[in-house]
Amino acid sequence: MGAYVIRRTLAAILLLFVVSAITFAIFFLVPRLAGESSSQLAAQYVGRDPSPEALAAVKKNLGFDQPLYTQYWQFIHGIFAGRTFHYGPDASHCAVPCFGYSFKTHLPVWPQITQRLPVTLSLAFGAAVIWVFTGVTIGVISALKRGSIFDRLSMGIALAGVSLPIFFTALVSLSLFSYKWAIFPNLHYVPLTQDPVAWAKNLVLPWVTLAFLYSALYARLTRAGMLETMAEDYIRTARAKGLNERVVVVRHGLRAALTPIVTIFGLDLGLLLGGAVLTETAFSLPGVGQYAVQAINENDLPKIMAVTTLAAFFIVIANLLVDILYVVLDPRVRYS
Amino acid sequence: MRISLGNGKAKTPTERPPDAPLLEVSGLVKHFPIRHGLMQREISAVRAVDGIDFTVEPGQTLGIVGESGCGKSTTARLVMRLDEPTAGRITFEGHDITHLSRGAMRSHRRDLQMVFQDPYSSLNPRHTVGRIVGAPFRLQHIKTEQGIKRAVQDLLELCGLNPEHYNRYPHEFSGGQRQRIGVARALALRPKMIVADEPVSALDVSIQAQIVNLLDDLQDELGLTYVIIAHDLAVVRHVSDRVAVMYLGKIVEVGGRESLYRTPMHPYTVALMSAVPVPQAGGRDRNRRILLSGDVPSPIDPPPACRFHTRCWKAQEICRQVEPPLRELRSGHQVACHFPENEPAGTKGPVSLAKPNS
Amino acid sequence: MSFLEVDDLHVTFSTEDGVVRAVDGLSFGLEQGRTLGIVGESGSGKSVTSLAVMGLHRSARVNINGRILLDGQELVGASPEAVRRLRGRRMAMIFQDPLTSLHPFYTVGRQIDEAYKVHHPKAGRHEARTRTVEMLRRVGIPQPDRRANDYPHQFSGGMRQRAMIAMALVNDPDLLIADEPTTALDVTVQAQILDLIRDLQQEFGSAVMIITHDLGVVAELADDVLVMYAGKSAETGPAESVFNRPQHPYTWGLLSSVPRMDRERQERLVPITGQPPSLIRVPEGCPFHPRCPYAKLNGTRSFDEVPKLRETGEPGHLVACHLEAEVRARVFREEVRPRL
Repeated sequence: MGAYVIRRTLAAILLLFVVSAITFAIFFLVPRLAGESSSQLAAQYVGRDPSPEALAAVKKNLGFDQPLYTQYWQFIHGIFAGRTFHYGPDASHCAVPCFGYSFKTHLPVWPQITQRLPVTLSLAFGAAVIWVFTGVTIGVISALKRGSIFDRLSMGIALAGVSLPIFFTALVSLSLFSYKWAIFPNLHYVPLTQDPVAWAKNLVLPWVTLAFLYSALYARLTRAGMLETMAEDYIRTARAKGLNERVVVVRHGLRAALTPIVTIFGLDLGLLLGGAVLTETAFSLPGVGQYAVQAINENDLPKIMAVTTLAAFFIVIANLLVDILYVVLDPRVRYS
Repeated sequence: MRISLGNGKAKTPTERPPDAPLLEVSGLVKHFPIRHGLMQREISAVRAVDGIDFTVEPGQTLGIVGESGCGKSTTARLVMRLDEPTAGRITFEGHDITHLSRGAMRSHRRDLQMVFQDPYSSLNPRHTVGRIVGAPFRLQHIKTEQGIKRAVQDLLELCGLNPEHYNRYPHEFSGGQRQRIGVARALALRPKMIVADEPVSALDVSIQAQIVNLLDDLQDELGLTYVIIAHDLAVVRHVSDRVAVMYLGKIVEVGGRESLYRTPMHPYTVALMSAVPVPQAGGRDRNRRILLSGDVPSPIDPPPACRFHTRCWKAQEICRQVEPPLRELRSGHQVACHFPENEPAGTKGPVSLAKPNS
Repeated sequence: MSFLEVDDLHVTFSTEDGVVRAVDGLSFGLEQGRTLGIVGESGSGKSVTSLAVMGLHRSARVNINGRILLDGQELVGASPEAVRRLRGRRMAMIFQDPLTSLHPFYTVGRQIDEAYKVHHPKAGRHEARTRTVEMLRRVGIPQPDRRANDYPHQFSGGMRQRAMIAMALVNDPDLLIADEPTTALDVTVQAQILDLIRDLQQEFGSAVMIITHDLGVVAELADDVLVMYAGKSAETGPAESVFNRPQHPYTWGLLSSVPRMDRERQERLVPITGQPPSLIRVPEGCPFHPRCPYAKLNGTRSFDEVPKLRETGEPGHLVACHLEAEVRARVFREEVRPRL
């Protein structure tokens, strides 16, 4: 078990480096291969029609004149040890973890992300609570009452849930609940620490919208998993012992059916933490996802790099946790 | 009336003596490595087959019997070259096929066919019977479509199926009929040898006899040579000319059917035979039954020296230290035991500790 | 009335292809301290019967009619809650494959504790575990207090079946149903488990019902035998009588189609011809008639009249066959006995 965790952790760290290298290559190497010069890159930092001197200075300060591997090394070094940029006589220190400065605003990227992270976390975790609860409950009931009206109805809705794109459901719910009936008017993000009630009230609609998609997915997964486990021999044994049907379903059926779902949940959550792009955009939530869209629209490379690295980080960590959790949950894996 | 299977296959006449063994296996070993730890080192291995020798004469049936984990199915897969042997030598018709590549095996494949245990999972449910049984012809490119249909229908009839069922799917047949389809497929290329792994154990009792009789008839008619793997001692006795008893990757006893079943010499064989319940009122005499303790040990870390010593009521110090070699104590009947049962008078006792067998 | 009384039991399943008559008018009785062996091939209805007794048929498509009385208490039509209270306490069951029948995520000890606690709600954890360890020891598991904390996959096949038996017997049930208890096991382990079941039965004095396809297993354990074919009883009686003087052509077929270790090797096996019947379209008349070599010996009766169980002249030995007693005796003497 110990060796397994260490092996997985080392693999995860290695994977993070590989991802960062590939991302770096995509954003810095590919443009250069495509013919963009380091001057054009530097030009993004200065205003229109820069003087050649200013361009050269920016190029030097940001290290664009260095070979790519040096630049990559500086990028990694910045994340772990900080980095100092020299603007002529001035030197500005970019604190750990340093993802550089925005091309457009010249502000350090990382503080902007940490500012936005709580929004994304609020959205993702709130929605996760809702979808796990509703998805699993509906899935279990559907499986137990297979073929009933409830089953058919909920699976019909679930099919709609997984098929409808989130920007559609988001816009529909916005126009109905926020504008037409004004149940949640004037949506804007309020930090949890500032006013928990307002925080929740403003997030209900995004939560429900996002959870709708995932609930549908989880209801279908849970239903399939339950149908499979409830047909297992050990369920028959549990009944033969004279256990209550509720105990049979929850302790014996659900326990086994949930194991694979827990792992999928970990991955889904990890994916969302890197930015729920569509939901944040649709509801104008100032989260990491929205930041990513903005960065891409503005072609602001340091921001894109930072967001991508962060998303990769969450996914790799989620993967790692899921792998470890699986061993904890399934004794057959643990003892072999 | 029987149909001949003239499939037009021209065989080069072999120059080997007619009584030479069709299949010779010597020192056959298969270890499945187990990897573990940070560096995924190979820490141990499942010693599925751990050095076995046997020969099968043409037209004869060798039965291999043993409990789970004894390596009998792995042996079948090795002979069929479905698994790569770790060591040893497999000679078929005088050709060394131990490490032949897939392509090089193809020409031998016609002569060496397999029948599987589970007639439910070994037939592709989406293919018709005609396609399943005809597949070997198509793979070896030896017949026209029309010719294939004729040949398949002949095969179906030979195996006791209705030739008009050519276009049916496996699910339309019962378990016994499916096993007949499996046999028909194996026979398509008129093989010399068929390896059958538990050919009847998935079938109902009343159907098992039908398949056993079918295999009997086909052997008589087509001069087939069989290697039949089974856990059912009574079935093995019925079908085999020679029987090998396996335990934890080793052959512990091998001999002619009558000699082995009348005078089993290895304590394991004796216990195995006494454990089979018999359908007579009151069952077996409980006093004459030898009840072994415990389960079969894991083949990952088998007991040293004689592998049976942990469960053997006759085991002594030598059994824990020296592996008993296969010794021929009766004509054609070998046993690997220091203290055999039913030992004919005048045979020498256990090998001495001074010359351990490697 | 017997301790377990099954009377004219019918179990049908509605499927898309039609109604499956899995059990079709089955009656038998079983006393405490006795062992009944139910023999049949797949589709004979033997497992369906045992699940009906245990009240474990749960599909909405299954329809159970007739009477099942356990110690005088009617089980067919009883409330599911009432039957649940009996399960695991007064009647318990062990299954064919002990690996899939134990929950992979819980320790063996915990699963047995659970079986004890459900019927002893006041028992604490300690009491339950003491009982569990005692039972594991009784069924021959070495170091039971330590092994109780192992998971099923850490047990060998034989040990798992022992644990299943310990779980079934933890509440000292009056009826134990064993459905193919040794089919998934090796021969040498099967002998151990059969031995164990026999010892425990003598010790606990419960009624035991063994369901199996293996006549040898029945011979080892059963006092009485019930041979099932197509959901019906073909022949039933004391084991001695059924094995020594079998009466039904199907039983003859079963006995002579298996190669036997206790006899000289026959040159050729005598199989039962044909295939087991479809339970959706069971043959008219005697369900065995399409496979019966003697069906024509009594005109068309076998083809259009379902035979009823009738006396054979031996105490408790009944057979459902149209053959006249003298004809049957002659056929058995001249044709069947020499083959057995």
